[in-house]
Amino acid sequence: MSAIENITQMRDNFPALKQKVHGKDLIYFDNGATAQKPLRVISLINEMNSGTNGNIHRAVHELSAKCTTLYESARETVKNFINASSAEEIIFTSGTTASVNLVANSFTTRFISKGDSVIVCEADHHSNIVPWQMACLRSGATLKVLPVDENGEWIMDELDNLLDGSVKIISVAHISNVLGISNPVKELIKRAHKSGAVVLIDGAQGIVHGDVDVKDLDCDFYVFSGHKLYGPTGTGILYGKRELLEQMGPWMGGGDMVESVSLTRTTYAPLPLKFEAGTPNFIGVAALGEAIRFVSSIDKEFVNNQEISLTSALLDGLENIEGLKIFGKSKKKLPILSFAVEGVHHADLAMLLDKMGVAVRSGMMCCEPLMTRFGLTGMVRASLLPYNTIDETQLFVNALQKAIKMLK
Amino acid sequence: MSIKEVEQQIVEEFSVFTDWLDKYEYLIDLGRSLPIIKDSGREEKNLIKGCQSRVWLAADYADGKIWFTADSDAIITKGIISLLVRVFSGRTPQEIIEADLSFIKQIGLEENLSPTRANGLLSMIKQIKFYAVAFAANKQ
Repeated sequence: MSAIENITQMRDNFPALKQKVHGKDLIYFDNGATAQKPLRVISLINEMNSGTNGNIHRAVHELSAKCTTLYESARETVKNFINASSAEEIIFTSGTTASVNLVANSFTTRFISKGDSVIVCEADHHSNIVPWQMACLRSGATLKVLPVDENGEWIMDELDNLLDGSVKIISVAHISNVLGISNPVKELIKRAHKSGAVVLIDGAQGIVHGDVDVKDLDCDFYVFSGHKLYGPTGTGILYGKRELLEQMGPWMGGGDMVESVSLTRTTYAPLPLKFEAGTPNFIGVAALGEAIRFVSSIDKEFVNNQEISLTSALLDGLENIEGLKIFGKSKKKLPILSFAVEGVHHADLAMLLDKMGVAVRSGMMCCEPLMTRFGLTGMVRASLLPYNTIDETQLFVNALQKAIKMLK
Repeated sequence: MSIKEVEQQIVEEFSVFTDWLDKYEYLIDLGRSLPIIKDSGREEKNLIKGCQSRVWLAADYADGKIWFTADSDAIITKGIISLLVRVFSGRTPQEIIEADLSFIKQIGLEENLSPTRANGLLSMIKQIKFYAVAFAANKQ
């Protein structure tokens, strides 16, 4: 398939972007929640549901073999996409949340006990905090919190204080879903390893904005979802270093994850199937592979230019609005902008924007501790992808000004 | 006036709006002009938590009727609340139990009461009905 080099070619791939909402052209700025799907992903899902459908790894018939090939080639595609050492290090899950929970269970059972501790970040999504609270309750470990400063950036000096030798794992986000800042994960990983801790990176947003190279990062786990990366919902990835995954026991038992079963003793299948009990979402996984091939077909320079120009157009427009405060200031800002307007409620703004055809996110965005940190009950978030346009950012800023005027 | 008649009155008031903008401006005005809950009512026990906005609802029972006061931190939600309070407050429990709220659909605001909107309004209506059932049971 030929490369996508401009905005017209890009948008032509997304039928969902061409619809009207409340009679207005849709401006879809809720990509941080989920991305729209390109045609080739949609057609693969249709093709499999209407023909190429047979349960994988089980049968000798043609349909099963075809689906198994699609499923396993998606594993190879993911491996290459994030530069993992081998396909066995790629585990398919139902999403970022499931991936974090898998590690919070299996890793904790194997490596964490009373007296140990775990570090999470106060800016993070509930799905990267709650599983670790639960793991600490079970194991008797202590949960420690990496704080962020006024700009939303990690306080790295504090990290050194927290790393007292008791820390077994740090689980933090590559890019905050609220603040849109690319965190210094490489530096954190270096310091963690020096102190004997392993690191899980929540890449739900990180995988979407920029190249991820797990070897270069030297992270121990990297997790993300398919649906924010133009793939289908219900698909996710857990990357883990082989030596860690080998030592961890399975989290769920069932078919496909076993080598041999008797009623008294079961031996488990080798990686990666040890962690993939039951019939997986094989159509979804195949389509995730297709989504990644789609991402790889987009010209990198086009993507970089879009991310930079969309972010600066949004910042320019928003900074001129009186009483509006943007959260998360950094040179490494991505087109994920959350803000609050003095004297105006975020839900009112989102409701009026919706009426004008603009889809944004509002509320706590699953980050209640971060909202508390900034003394708020919610924010509005505009999150963009390279298929969004400068025109849309201007229409959005106009719509926002109109909504604020109505509410003030 | 019966609940049905008040609902009809609201439908007529809204029938003058041809544009969604005018309708929402009216809701914003309603939300702004009405102090519908006493400060003492804005407390934790009356709070209905939505992901998007918070709603407070208090109920008093006197002379066989239930009197509601309510509030929200979001102004459009508050505007819609004021319509609900206008319909429900000062009614007998039986009247409230029987009310079907079809006027919400007629004035084109049903999307705001959908469970997907997470603004606390649907929970508020459930809570209103719950109060009515509770007061009706107490009476007997």
